[in-house]
Amino acid sequence: MDSHAIVARLETLVPGARAEAVAAIDQPTVLVGAESLIAVCTALRDQPDLGFTALVDIVGVDMMPRVPRFDVNYSLVATGIPARLRVKVQVDGETPRIPSVVGVWLAAGFLEREVWDLLGVTFDGHPDLRRLLTPDDWTGHPLRKDYPVQIDSPVAVHAPLQMTEEQFRANIQADRHVRKGDA
Amino acid sequence: MSPMIEIPVLTTTVEKMAQWARRSSVWPVTFGLACCAIEMMSMGASRYDLARFGAEVFRASPRQADLMIVAGRLSRKMAPALRRIYDQMPEPKWVISMGACASCGGVFDNYAIVQGVDKVVPVDVFVPGCPPRPEALLYGIISLQRKIDQQRAFEYSRG
Repeated sequence: MDSHAIVARLETLVPGARAEAVAAIDQPTVLVGAESLIAVCTALRDQPDLGFTALVDIVGVDMMPRVPRFDVNYSLVATGIPARLRVKVQVDGETPRIPSVVGVWLAAGFLEREVWDLLGVTFDGHPDLRRLLTPDDWTGHPLRKDYPVQIDSPVAVHAPLQMTEEQFRANIQADRHVRKGDA
Repeated sequence: MSPMIEIPVLTTTVEKMAQWARRSSVWPVTFGLACCAIEMMSMGASRYDLARFGAEVFRASPRQADLMIVAGRLSRKMAPALRRIYDQMPEPKWVISMGACASCGGVFDNYAIVQGVDKVVPVDVFVPGCPPRPEALLYGIISLQRKIDQQRAFEYSRG
């Protein structure tokens, strides 16, 4: 199925969804409005003829002078067909927000944390949106085009060896909620 | 004719002997961070054979090591871990900063990489190169051994 066929299919499945085919050299690409992202993703996963059951990666891109500023690309794979699809969402603003797809693909948990960490795109409904790659006390989002790359800040050389009992129990509880996907 | 009895004795000071023992059995801790670690392993393996100079076996535990070879670029997130491993090594201990990245950040002049491990631990020998060849690191270890020879055995008040 090429991107135009997928868009036509999506328009019947999700009435009122904003979806359009985008030119891409490698695989079908569909631009989706952020407001209908969850409905579109659920349809892509659940319809047998689409069957995109696997979320491979989420990649954020800062296209800075452009408005809207950020792209978020979802790489999907239909293992049964087999087929690949890229779903593209565009957001703008200093603190962009789009809905989280953790409820659709559980694999999105870490991937959305990475995009939030490096680009500052907030995923509404993510159960545990913490920093993933940078240290916990980092400020700013390093992959933004306006981030000062060559900043020289003091090096933190101390990390506490132990935590309190309350922190330990809270960590385990939070982990259980994430595993169940019901936080 | 009475037979001459040769008594095998060398005279030296306790301090010199202690430092000779220390420099002749340097035990490095494995701390490979990037491509420099490949050269470091090559130096320890049979072709370049670090054991010829009395610094043979890389230990996986800092408790059993007295030399840390920081081989590669150190990220800010890794800095607390490096400092903790250094703190776990027993005295006396030494640090070799291997390569451009560990010594000054190298080509990674950015927010994520510590611009020189001497901001985290005290460094005894800097080995230049990107990455340094095994011979260069061997020379660094021999330089460190010269330095150990000149140190006082029973004074270790290091920052």
